[in-house]
Amino acid sequence: MKFFKTTTHNIRRSPYQAFAAVLIMMLTFLTVSFFTFLVTGSSRIINFFESKPQVTAFFHNEAKQKEMDALQKKIKDTGKVASIKFVSKKDALNIYKQQNKDDPLLLDLVTADILPASIEVSTIKIQDLGSISEMLKKSPEVSEVIYQKDIVSTLTSWTNALRKIGIGLTIVLSLVSFFIVLTIIGIKISQKKEDIEIMRLIGATSWYIRWPFIFEGVFYGLIGALLGWGIASLSLLYATPMLSSFLKGIPLLPVPFIFYMEVLAGELVLAAIIGALASYLAVLRYLK
Amino acid sequence: MIKLDKVSKKFGTGVFVLSNVSLNVEKKEFVFLVGPTGSGKTTIFRLLTRELLPTEGMIIVNDWNIAKLPKHKIPHLRKKVGVVFQDLKLLLDRTVFENISLPLEIVGKKEEEIKNKVKEVLSQVGLIEHKDKFPIQLSGGEMQRAAIARALVLSPEILLADEPTGNLDMATSWEIVKLLSDINERGTTIIMATHNVDIVNKLSKRVIKLEKGRLIRDDLPAGEAGKNKSDVKTENKAENKSEEKK
Repeated sequence: MKFFKTTTHNIRRSPYQAFAAVLIMMLTFLTVSFFTFLVTGSSRIINFFESKPQVTAFFHNEAKQKEMDALQKKIKDTGKVASIKFVSKKDALNIYKQQNKDDPLLLDLVTADILPASIEVSTIKIQDLGSISEMLKKSPEVSEVIYQKDIVSTLTSWTNALRKIGIGLTIVLSLVSFFIVLTIIGIKISQKKEDIEIMRLIGATSWYIRWPFIFEGVFYGLIGALLGWGIASLSLLYATPMLSSFLKGIPLLPVPFIFYMEVLAGELVLAAIIGALASYLAVLRYLK
Repeated sequence: MIKLDKVSKKFGTGVFVLSNVSLNVEKKEFVFLVGPTGSGKTTIFRLLTRELLPTEGMIIVNDWNIAKLPKHKIPHLRKKVGVVFQDLKLLLDRTVFENISLPLEIVGKKEEEIKNKVKEVLSQVGLIEHKDKFPIQLSGGEMQRAAIARALVLSPEILLADEPTGNLDMATSWEIVKLLSDINERGTTIIMATHNVDIVNKLSKRVIKLEKGRLIRDDLPAGEAGKNKSDVKTENKAENKSEEKK
C-alpha cells in the first residue's frame, strides 16, 4: 500500500513526464484497439461469406417453376452439393422487407414482381464451386451468377494486409512506448538519486526503492491502455448505426459487450508487461 | 559492541584516510570522536555503517563482521545503527513527520504504529508542533533535532552523530548535546564526532582523538581513567612508532 502512495506521490511531482508517458501508451493502445476491431470484424465478415452458399444464381423473370426445379435437381445430381436453397420472389421480398424495415420509402417502391427468384448453392469441396458456377451460367433460365469466392479472396487479402499493418504498427509503437517509459523512469531515478541514497543509508532494501518505480511504469501502461481502448470502443459504438446499415445482412454489429471486455483485458495485460519491463530495465540500469 | 582492530582505509587516490586504528566501544557508552577536518572521523562512521569497506583490519558492530557482511544484510545493520549525518540528509520534499516515519515504513510497520512512534520521538526531541513543516521551514537546531529523531525512531542500539552541533550557536548546541545525553541514559550507545572543545571538556566523557587518520588519544572520563587509559595510550604510541619505522 505504501508503494502505491509513493508511486502516486512521484507521479504528482512530475505531471508533464507522466502525461507524456500516458499519451504514448494511449496512442499505442488506440492503434492496437482499432486494428483489433478491424481485423476481427473482417475475419467475421469472411467467415460469414464462407458459411453462406458460395454461388448464387438469379433466374430470369420469365423462368418457370418447373424449369427452376429441373435445374435444382440437375445441380443436386452432380453429387458435389452440400446444400441448395431456393429463394422464391416472395421470399426475396420478405428478405428485402426485413433488411429495409426502417425505410418505408424503399418498401413502398418494391414489389415481389421486380425481385428475381434465386438458388443459393454451397458445395462439399470448395474446388467444385467453379464447375457448379459454370453449369449455372450455361443454363438459359439463369440471368446472373454471383460467385462469392471472389469476394472472400478479396476480403481475405485485405484482412491479411490489415493484420500485417496492425501487427507492425503495434510492435513499433510498443517499442516506442517501452523506450519512452524507460527514459522517463530513468530521468526520475536520476532526479531522486540523493533521496535514494538517503533511503539506502537509513536501511532501505533495494526492492523497497525499486517497487514504486516499477509500479509507476505499470500505472502509465494501464492508464494509457484504458484511455486508448476507451476512445476506440466509443468510436466503434458511435459508428455502429452507420456501419450496421452498410453491412446489412451480416450479423456483425452491434459488437457484444464481452468482446470489448476481452480486448480490454488483453490490452491491460500487454500494457502492464510493457510498463513493468521498461521500468524494471530503467531500475536495473540507473539504480546500481 | 563496536570493535575496530587495526583498521586502515585507503581511497583510490592512494591516500590513507585511516591508518591502523584500533578501538573498542562498550554498550551504553558515550564517546566523543574529535580531531580536525580530514582526520578520519566521518570515515569511521561510514565504515561502521558499511558505506565503505576497510582496506585492512576488522570491524565488528553488534557481532557483525562488517567486511564479511553479505550485501542483503546491510539494511539490517543500518536499522540497528542510527546515524545523524553531518549534512543531515533530510528529504526536502517530505515533512518532518514523513522524514521521521520513513525508517518505520522501510521496516514495514503499520500506519497506526508509525503514527504513535513518530509522535513519541517528536515529543522526545521537542518537535511535535513542527511535524507538518518541511525541513526548509525549520531552524538549524530544529533540523538537527529532526535528523536525530529520524535516527532514533527505530530505537537503534548505536547512534552515530556526525558533528551534530556543527553550525549551531552555543545555546542550541548544548540543547542537542543534552538531548543526546538523555538518549544515552536510556541505554543507547553514542559516538559523537565534534570540533566543539567546550562541549567535550564540560561533559567529561571518553574522548577519542584522531589526527591524519591515526588514533592519537583515547581518554576515559575522569574517575574512570586508570590502568585502561594508560594502556590505550601506550598501545597507540607503540603502534604509531612501529608505523613510523615502516
